[in-house]
Amino acid sequence: MRTVLLKPSPLPGFTPALGAALLWLGLLVLIPLAALVWRASGLGLSGILAIAGQPRVAAALKLSFGLSLLAAALNVVLGGVVAWVLTRYEFPGRRLLDAAVDLPFALPTAVAGIALTAVYAPNGWIGAPLDALGFKVAFTPLGIFIALVFIGLPFMVRSVEPVLSEVEPEIEEASATLGASRLRTIFQVVLPPLVPAFLTGFALALARAVGEYGSVVFISGNIPFVSEIAPLLIVVRLEEFDEAGATAVATIMLALSFAILLIINLVQAHVRRRTGHD
Amino acid sequence: MIDLPLPETPLRIQRDRDALAEAPALRRTLIGFAVTVLTLFLFLPLATVFIEAFGKGVAGFLNALSDAEVQSSIKLTLIVATICVPINTAFGIAAAWAVARFEFTGKSALVTFIDLPFSVSPVIAGLCCVLLFGARGLLGPQLASYGVEVIFAIPGIVLATLFVTFPFVARELIPLMQQQGSDDEQAALTLGASGWRMFLTVTLPNVKWGLLYGVLLCNARAMGEFGAVAVVSGRIRGGTSTMPLQVEALYNDYNMVGAFAVASLLALLALITLIVKTFLEWRFTGELALRRRT
Repeated sequence: MRTVLLKPSPLPGFTPALGAALLWLGLLVLIPLAALVWRASGLGLSGILAIAGQPRVAAALKLSFGLSLLAAALNVVLGGVVAWVLTRYEFPGRRLLDAAVDLPFALPTAVAGIALTAVYAPNGWIGAPLDALGFKVAFTPLGIFIALVFIGLPFMVRSVEPVLSEVEPEIEEASATLGASRLRTIFQVVLPPLVPAFLTGFALALARAVGEYGSVVFISGNIPFVSEIAPLLIVVRLEEFDEAGATAVATIMLALSFAILLIINLVQAHVRRRTGHD
Repeated sequence: MIDLPLPETPLRIQRDRDALAEAPALRRTLIGFAVTVLTLFLFLPLATVFIEAFGKGVAGFLNALSDAEVQSSIKLTLIVATICVPINTAFGIAAAWAVARFEFTGKSALVTFIDLPFSVSPVIAGLCCVLLFGARGLLGPQLASYGVEVIFAIPGIVLATLFVTFPFVARELIPLMQQQGSDDEQAALTLGASGWRMFLTVTLPNVKWGLLYGVLLCNARAMGEFGAVAVVSGRIRGGTSTMPLQVEALYNDYNMVGAFAVASLLALLALITLIVKTFLEWRFTGELALRRRT
């Protein structure tokens, strides 16, 4: 059977459009990424694993991935409630809140970084009362966690919101008619079809958090073994002209991220097959 | 409420409403919770930026912005955005035309690759540029022998910014154009329009608001990118320092008014982007794609 490379279409301009897209993609994205792969293959798997085993590298990777997972998990709750409130309730200021959710997308990360630090520092609006209670937020891993929750929140809200607003009221009515309490309706009828959307939000928030740099480096304190994230370690290695070290950390980060995203995708596919929802 | 023999209908309506809504107390708690979360995470940090920027009054704010290094960083940021946004807009339109209007082998792979910069850390994007064009990179020594500097110079900043802002326009246009379908365009062709005429008079007007939104997001990111640019720029003050890098430099000098003054300009840009976005969504709901965002 002959493979059809391009389905016939009456529209013009396929070749120049695809050509330009591929050229741009190749020059701007694929060649730079190929440089990383080239450099990583020069190190070899054993070389990369040796660097990953260095205590400082291992600590940074553990911190980055651990906190990113925790932040994405907290965002399931925070983002879920915010999405619920924004789609289900009418109250003064709802539109303002809805627009504000996108702030972490639009605000440059360095600005978010110094702003969060100012708010959560021991003399800040929230940092001061917490400090009085004995909680240090800024310049500790807790500060990193706060920054990662901040940048992850809109991913969760915007993934869940559209699906939540499409839930048909008839289903809820049916559940209520059959005698289910409101909470039972929410947890057994409304929320299960939203699981794939939550997983999408989780994956997006996680991917972003793992690689996040600007909003974290100001609030984190950057103490090796304690509050040094993996992206910062790449910058540190580059400043030491240790390109091999930087490449190894970057390769492990990318490999771990893609592995986690793949697992989330598989879980999502499994959930969709079982429930028939998407 | 006192039990009175009420007519049947109002009573049933009352009970239906209870069964389909949360108890008022729960409802108020949830709204309060959402408002608190957004206040702690979004509104307070945003307010801080402007309050700190004006910490020494309007004069202090203006003084901070008139600094020569700050002026040079603003100029550099504008130059970088002026180069990157048109390039990635052109790419986005070309990619969207190919992906949304044609069925071809490898299409889903192309879409995945277009999204790739979103899942790569900005720091890794910068690292890639260094590995390619740095002093010991793949092409760096070759280019250096011709006197072309990329890393620690403006071309490196442009390349890193192009990488991180690559998907924005395409991602807005592809779902929108897929949703709209090609009926209008085919009609134009049937009526004898040339390909370019169809594109300029049918395609572009149909997607103009989605395109504007994509360009705005691309611009906001181009002006605000920090991680990727920090890696390639060398942070030469007054030379290769963009506005976000200048924010960092001033902050590390403990010049809080200066850092937050520059930051407030970037925050203002973010606010304008959000306001235009909200307006577009409110006014032209049908002309913006229902998007699944990253």
